[in-house]
Amino acid sequence: MHSKLQFYIIIFFLALIGFGLTFYKCFFFEYPLLPGKYEEVWIVEAKITFTAEGGPVKASFFTPGATPGYLIQNEDFASTNYGFTKTKDEYGWRANWHAREVKGFQTLYYRVQFFSSVRFNLALLDEKPAVGDTPFFDELYRTAADTLIDQTRTLSADTLTFTAELIKRLNSPSQSQNVKLLLREHNSIKSKTELLLGLLARAGIPARIVRGLFLEDGIRNRSLFDLIQVYDGSQWVFFNPLTGDIGLPEDFFIWQKGGKSLLDLVGGKDSNVSFSITRDLRTSLELASHRADSSKAAFIDFSIYSLPIEKQNALKLLLLVPIGALVVVIMNNLVGLPTSGTFMPVLIALAFKQTELLPGLCMFCIIIGAGLQIRSYLSHLNLLFVPRISAVVIVVILLMTGMSVFSFKLGIQHGLTITFFPMIILAWTIERISLIWEELGHKEALTQALGSLFVACIVFLIMDNSIVEHLTFTFPELILANLATILLIGNYTGYRLSELRRFKSLVKK
Amino acid sequence: MIFANPLKLSKHGVLGMNMRNVDFVYAYNPRHLFPQVDNKLITKELAEKAGIAVPKLYAVVHFQHQVKLLPKLLESYDQFVVKPSKGSGGKGILVVTGKQNGYYMKASGSLFDNKDLDHHVSNIVSGLYSLGGQIDSAMIEYYVNFSPIFKDISYQGVPDIRVLLFQGYPAMAMLRLPTRMSDGKANLHQGAIGVGVDIRRGTTLGGVYHNRPIEIHPDTGKSFKDISIPNWHDLLILAARCYEITGLGYMGIDIVLDKTYGPMILELNARPGLAIQVANDVGLVPRLRKIEKMASKKLDIEQRVRFAQKEFHC
Repeated sequence: MHSKLQFYIIIFFLALIGFGLTFYKCFFFEYPLLPGKYEEVWIVEAKITFTAEGGPVKASFFTPGATPGYLIQNEDFASTNYGFTKTKDEYGWRANWHAREVKGFQTLYYRVQFFSSVRFNLALLDEKPAVGDTPFFDELYRTAADTLIDQTRTLSADTLTFTAELIKRLNSPSQSQNVKLLLREHNSIKSKTELLLGLLARAGIPARIVRGLFLEDGIRNRSLFDLIQVYDGSQWVFFNPLTGDIGLPEDFFIWQKGGKSLLDLVGGKDSNVSFSITRDLRTSLELASHRADSSKAAFIDFSIYSLPIEKQNALKLLLLVPIGALVVVIMNNLVGLPTSGTFMPVLIALAFKQTELLPGLCMFCIIIGAGLQIRSYLSHLNLLFVPRISAVVIVVILLMTGMSVFSFKLGIQHGLTITFFPMIILAWTIERISLIWEELGHKEALTQALGSLFVACIVFLIMDNSIVEHLTFTFPELILANLATILLIGNYTGYRLSELRRFKSLVKK
Repeated sequence: MIFANPLKLSKHGVLGMNMRNVDFVYAYNPRHLFPQVDNKLITKELAEKAGIAVPKLYAVVHFQHQVKLLPKLLESYDQFVVKPSKGSGGKGILVVTGKQNGYYMKASGSLFDNKDLDHHVSNIVSGLYSLGGQIDSAMIEYYVNFSPIFKDISYQGVPDIRVLLFQGYPAMAMLRLPTRMSDGKANLHQGAIGVGVDIRRGTTLGGVYHNRPIEIHPDTGKSFKDISIPNWHDLLILAARCYEITGLGYMGIDIVLDKTYGPMILELNARPGLAIQVANDVGLVPRLRKIEKMASKKLDIEQRVRFAQKEFHC
């Protein structure tokens, strides 16, 4: 009883690890359960133009870090005649181009490719909240600002409602005198945001600018859009300074956070940065692997994907064998279909994977048929077992060679693939079938041979299924679940399907 | 419906192949004891040592070079059986029913000479009839003249009685009758008829042929219902004694009835088939479970057979 419990615990854990890892990879890294799925990636290109004055030029460009919901796949820096470095400061990464002596109109490109990653992404760097510098207001404006702040404060309950109310007032079409006065100096969108930050600082509320892009396919010459973030005492909250909407908008990709400039240029003038956005498709598998890579999870690092491609392909076939084994187990112990040789059907099915089903079947039948004839002659010679089966192996190889040459001469391409059949298996099959033929008669021999072939076809059809192939290769941990199933069937003492027919007369009363 | 309801099968206590293997063969038959029954020479030796009736062994051929000694060894016997010691399912068995002018006569009446016999025996020794082709030995033994009570209901071959022995208790029995279809062999899946036998009285019940109920032998046209097998109790005792000599818990015992010597053990099987249930039209599981409950009582052979005869009847 104790060992039975242990057995079930082992099975439970095998299944748990198998399905658990699969679920984890599916849910967290968004590995696709079905093959052939595509996801969108966004490609944002920043074009930096300026006129160089002839001396040394140094351009330092702020590059995007982490955005909740997105993961960067790669970055490109295209610029001829420029040296390039990437540096990190307290706000994030900067791309630095430098050149000793350039003159005239210059163009630098920065390209970043990223994709949606809902559950796995890198933490947003967050600095300590601090109240920004109060901008200088002269007497008249200071009174207007203070009045506006006081009025807003009476109409709000906390930092968030205060900010929302302030944004509403600044953008309302029927502006009060104070707002009109303040906006006289700040009427562009950009300076309105600056004014907003100034007022928040004056009200003693920590706030900062977050700049980014709304993602939309086919956009050209776009500049960054400013959002503001307000610290409400426990976390940073996003506000749209034009509409007052709270929260990070969907499809918003954060480029820069904090007040530092987007582009620092030394030795040039008339600089301009414009962005273009395009959308592209990549396989879900590629993106999921990238998510997993970024996570540096150990079990992914030791996965099959870390192997060279040709090794991966060899494994692809190997990983299908457990599926074949499962089918054989089900056929034997649940269905009750007799096969000659337990794993012969799996090996034949593997050979079919190379030859394709129909040509494989035809050639299998021809070789087995011819082999049986020769084996029956050999049995008359009264040979010992090992020399006899060795002779059969040699005859099988001769047959295979003959068929390959013959079909090539006839122009049938499939003939050549016959060599994929494991000849030891063929020889063994011939030996077994002929033994059964001699001992139990042709009927039993044909039943077993056809049974094996039938199971081989089923195994082949399952192994050839693209979903099965995808699952076994993408989630090799499912082998553990497969193992658990096989162990469980090994403990099954119920009836086989064939027995329900065999023992039918016993219940007919 | 071509399939029976599995719940109903289970209610009738029908034993399936998976349960036979897990709960009975693997649980009660230690692997290392298998050679005792897979090799008929060892079985015969064990039985003879214990004084259990078996067909007398005339000669054994272990090696190829011994084959030429055969004619001399067999000089004094007119009838004999040649069989491989590791064969199964009646493979490679040659029955010689008489001699005529230096020729041997088969059961079917056809003749063959010394050369043919040599050929057959060397085939056996080289392992042609043992699965996997292991080197084998040929046994030459007493030819069983089966009891005339089965004369009308068997076609060629030797009818035998299969007793299913679980932990020394006879759990079920059946009579196996060769047919033209089975080529004189007594294996049910080769086309022999299985006839259920009442454990209590030793009388035959209905039979099955190719999984279908039958009461008349298809080749002889005679009914095989209600035949009493003579000395039934002694036959069960003989079967039950095999438990002590092999130590295997779950066994099929094949017994033949000889005209002069009475019941004899022909061979033992450590993986007996399930067809016996179809022949008796009753499931094995309730009987096996009943025996499992008795196992701790350590009854002697006579008590075990008595118990079975009292409890198991159709």
